[in-house]
Amino acid sequence: MSEEKKSEPLFSKKNIQLIKNPLNQINPVTIQVLGICSALAVTVQMDNAIVMSIAVMAVLVIGNVLVSLMRNIIPGRIRIIVQLVIVAFLVICVDQILKAYVYDVSKSLSVFVGLIITNCIIMGRLEAFALGNKPWASILDGVGNGFGYGLVLVVVAFFKEVFGSGTLTIPGFEKFEIFGNATDLTGLYAMDYMNNGLMLLPPSSLFIVGIYIWVQKARNPELIGE
Amino acid sequence: MEYINIFIKSAFIDNMVFTFFFGMCSYLAVSKTVKTATGLGAAVIFVLLITVPVNYLLETYVLKEGALAWLGDDYASMDLSFLSFIMFIAVIASIVQLVEMLVEKFSPALYGALGIFLPLIAVNCAILGASLFMQQKQFANIGQATVYGLGSGFGWFLAIVLIAAIREKIKYSHIPGPLKGVGMAFILTGLMGLAFLGFLGFEL
Repeated sequence: MSEEKKSEPLFSKKNIQLIKNPLNQINPVTIQVLGICSALAVTVQMDNAIVMSIAVMAVLVIGNVLVSLMRNIIPGRIRIIVQLVIVAFLVICVDQILKAYVYDVSKSLSVFVGLIITNCIIMGRLEAFALGNKPWASILDGVGNGFGYGLVLVVVAFFKEVFGSGTLTIPGFEKFEIFGNATDLTGLYAMDYMNNGLMLLPPSSLFIVGIYIWVQKARNPELIGE
Repeated sequence: MEYINIFIKSAFIDNMVFTFFFGMCSYLAVSKTVKTATGLGAAVIFVLLITVPVNYLLETYVLKEGALAWLGDDYASMDLSFLSFIMFIAVIASIVQLVEMLVEKFSPALYGALGIFLPLIAVNCAILGASLFMQQKQFANIGQATVYGLGSGFGWFLAIVLIAAIREKIKYSHIPGPLKGVGMAFILTGLMGLAFLGFLGFEL
């Protein structure tokens, strides 16, 4: 990293781009269509989505750094296996940490923590970026892509939770009841407002992501390719 | 009867794609024509049919709490389940490699059809996901686990062939520009998912 500092500043324009681009132009979920499985499945509640994003980001950043440090000694022919082992090791650590500190969330994420191993974003970034770049750039790339992934998760979870169950669960805060209490019939519920049950079902996340892509591409016409 | 029930449940009710979104990446990437979709779907069925039972054996005789009892009393209280991620993925990666070599040797025609898709499958979430669900569901015997693998694979096959057929047709429709391609595929999958919800509660 010291070598890096000499040649260019820590947050040069190029490095800032590494963080900014994945949020919109090359968003891993909506534009590159990677890592959808978990992005759609863990979004019924906001806290699950946030914890999942943090977990993915942690694995992505640490994995990126490890692969980037080892990029010159990993033999090209077995690099996929090496990457899988590194990621699997990190995911086991994350899984144990989640089980120890946020057991409830870890229970509701169920198999999706394990599926971080096969999350295409992680393998894709390791393969496409970390194998050919220095550790500091890899950290930034990991953070950027982690945020890009998290952004979509949080947006989907927001719509699903607010309209599906009328609440918002943010880790560390009490459950926030936006439209009032459904069982005591307060707030909007007193006026016959009903939660939209469809929002809790799996297909609704597909609709939300579809519309997200629509809005994103409509605002950035240069993204409409093919 | 029990086997049929597990098959129906894993193929239609708990469909991998529509309920759990497993394997969405390859599902969206390879569903542009029916022909390639069929190839990938068949490869997924094939690999699931092998990896789920193998991982079941691994789970029952090595990883589960008390699974090592056959080694002697000293090992009876061991719980290696924290190792399951790395064991499962290693088994899957090596089986995919092995299957690829075997198919190439014994059935060049099948290899020609599945060829490029087999290596892709090692990192398909549907494969690891099925093994992890198998671990969670705690099947009573290896037969049930095998049927579960077959059923999940069939459900995935069905989903990818259906979406590929729709996408082939929809190419000629007038869709708003920004929604073309992936965006529309998402919404289509959502609609198909709604249709599949009709199977909910279906039991033999």
